[in-house]
Amino acid sequence: MVHVIIYILILFMLLAALIALEAKNLLSSVVSIGAVGFMLSVVFLLLRAPDIAIIQVIIEILTLVILIRATIAVDVHLVKNIRQFFPFAICMVLLLLLFMFASKAMDLLPEFGNYLSKVAPHYLANGLKETGSANIVTSVILDYRAYDTLGEATVLFTAILGAVVLLRRKAKND
Amino acid sequence: MIYILCLILFFIGLYGIFCKKNLIKIVLGFIIMENAVNLFLILLGYKNNGIAPIMTKSMRLDEFLASSVDPLPQALVLTSIVIGLAVTALMVAVAIRIYERFGTFDITEIKRLKG
Repeated sequence: MVHVIIYILILFMLLAALIALEAKNLLSSVVSIGAVGFMLSVVFLLLRAPDIAIIQVIIEILTLVILIRATIAVDVHLVKNIRQFFPFAICMVLLLLLFMFASKAMDLLPEFGNYLSKVAPHYLANGLKETGSANIVTSVILDYRAYDTLGEATVLFTAILGAVVLLRRKAKND
Repeated sequence: MIYILCLILFFIGLYGIFCKKNLIKIVLGFIIMENAVNLFLILLGYKNNGIAPIMTKSMRLDEFLASSVDPLPQALVLTSIVIGLAVTALMVAVAIRIYERFGTFDITEIKRLKG
């Protein structure tokens, strides 16, 4: 039952993603990308990842705010769709080729719903004892792999710094 | 099969990056790809009839061990989602600056205006 719901939601995500890319109006494509994100958060919830689902909702709202800030400032919302045939055809052929190789690789993956990584049993068995956190995801983020989180904070800081520098109204020495 | 659907989502994002001429559409392609990759990692960690990796008082350790989903991809995806937001903000900032400079989001027109 859960599998069927996940399949249906992913199909809707595919549809919303296509609409987002093909819509003529920029605002409506931004709204469609919001639909993709919120459906993704429901899928996360069904895949037993509540932490990720919460984070995904928050991040999706912030993404929508940022994207709407970008599109609302634009005078003309409509996208011109002039498409030369030849480059488009080459692009599609390349994508198709890549897709064939990638789907071959997908056959090598373990079957859906049966795989557990090798380190996971250790975390699950000793997480509560060693870190004192009942939520094992938290104990992985903030204890076992705290250096990753530190690196994440650095990347976040750098990216936001770049955005702020780009959007600054005026340079110091104009 | 479910991995293939995820792969199709990834390729829709890739198509957006390759074939679209509007900067905002390219950013949307990036977001779709990012969502697909996150979904794929969480799908890999799923276990049939699993429970969330959160201990409760009434739960014995061995049954928790037998039924919990993989916590490691969840922890790393949490990191990657947040980084994705920051990168999106950076890309949108670049796009807004380009719009203010050239008055358009269309990358072909920007190329024409350069010379």
